[in-house]
Amino acid sequence: MELLLTIGKSVLFVAVVFAVTLLHVAYATYFERKVIGRMQGRIGPVEVGFRGLLQPFADMVKSLFKEDIIPNEADRPLFFLAPVIVVASVMTSLAVIPFFNNGSIANLNVGVLFIFAMASLAVYGIIVAGWSSNSKYAFLGGVRSAAQVISYEIAMGISLAGVFLMAGSLNLSDIVLAQREQPMGMFAVVQVVGFVVFVISAFAETNRTPFDLPEAETELVAGYLTEYSGFRYALFFLAEYISMYIMAALVALCYLGGWALPGFLTRALPFLELVPGIVWFLLKVYAFMFFYFWVRATLPRYRFDQLMAIGWKILIPVAVLNMVITAGVKRWLM
Amino acid sequence: MPGTYIPVNYLPVFITLVLGTLFAVGVLVLGEFLRPRRPYDEKLSIYESGNVPVGEPRTRFTVRFYVIGMLFVVFDVEAVFLYPWAVSFGAIGLLGFWSMLFFLAIILVGYLYDWKKGALE
Repeated sequence: MELLLTIGKSVLFVAVVFAVTLLHVAYATYFERKVIGRMQGRIGPVEVGFRGLLQPFADMVKSLFKEDIIPNEADRPLFFLAPVIVVASVMTSLAVIPFFNNGSIANLNVGVLFIFAMASLAVYGIIVAGWSSNSKYAFLGGVRSAAQVISYEIAMGISLAGVFLMAGSLNLSDIVLAQREQPMGMFAVVQVVGFVVFVISAFAETNRTPFDLPEAETELVAGYLTEYSGFRYALFFLAEYISMYIMAALVALCYLGGWALPGFLTRALPFLELVPGIVWFLLKVYAFMFFYFWVRATLPRYRFDQLMAIGWKILIPVAVLNMVITAGVKRWLM
Repeated sequence: MPGTYIPVNYLPVFITLVLGTLFAVGVLVLGEFLRPRRPYDEKLSIYESGNVPVGEPRTRFTVRFYVIGMLFVVFDVEAVFLYPWAVSFGAIGLLGFWSMLFFLAIILVGYLYDWKKGALE
């Protein structure tokens, strides 16, 4: 009976989180188009609804009504499976993110590791999509994409080791609480090197500019997505935006103090404690989302060999060094 | 039931996984009723910039991708060792610190070798 209650509660919580996330993803596309439009001297979507606010729904309905083309040559079961793998694994990593104090679907003690595990599963989706399409562009795009994601996952993982050293835990809630008495209430100050490595890797992990080579139109059409159309394509798109949110959430939680406020601020202005933690969390997440769009409007794309060189020759050594120095400082100076 | 262990912490994770999969499958099935279906041969052929596809699509690709894959395994295992070390750093003392540096030194030798051999290009 108790178990059933737990299950019921979880199902409800998960459904709410999914619904809210999907709404946020829909408006992230609107936000992105508005931001980039403004940065390029355009106004972005304005036609559908008041100031174009219904644009995301129009896009969704449109992709739902689009014909779903499955190439004759495609390996059908795998072709069907690929978007499901990507979406399911990305959505599952939402389970461990604490949106406010004690506000995660599952408060796992291996939180961050779980997100990495799910991100690795999504790579299978990419490879399977590229392979099953049976198209040259899709195949090469899939291989490249997988190589990129796994390369940057290492830099990302090792850069976070510094945070784990400071917090003494892999649990995202513990990491947030450990930051309260840090300078500025965030690890981004003391772990600034790890923070920069993590942010760069986050851009590469989510295939965003300047590392959006898997979708480099000029050379590989749409990469592993070439043969996908209609809602299957929309699912990949959805997964990309959810994983952007997850990366933004990780940055907010591990480096920017998450839903908590710095200790000195709540002591000086106690009424700030009354603001729900999710407000601060979302502010930080959206600040990072804005940064994603800003970078997209600003930077050109790297070449593939440059991309691999940055990952393997710069980010990984820097991340390891950062971790060793953090450990040394923690051992002898703290 | 005696002897049945239910990892309650992971139950919500499992539920998330199930609902996530259901969502992905669900919208695709829903779309099946809504979208048109007018296939013909040209539309269903593989995209190759408008040309008729030439040769095998699963072409050979550079061996470097395999090397990257193997390097990934090495470094990922390294990361997996690093995490428990980082978490229990306060408890393992000086020996723990130098053990990890020794481990990193071994990895470093391999890493420099790879770099010299051009595996990272």
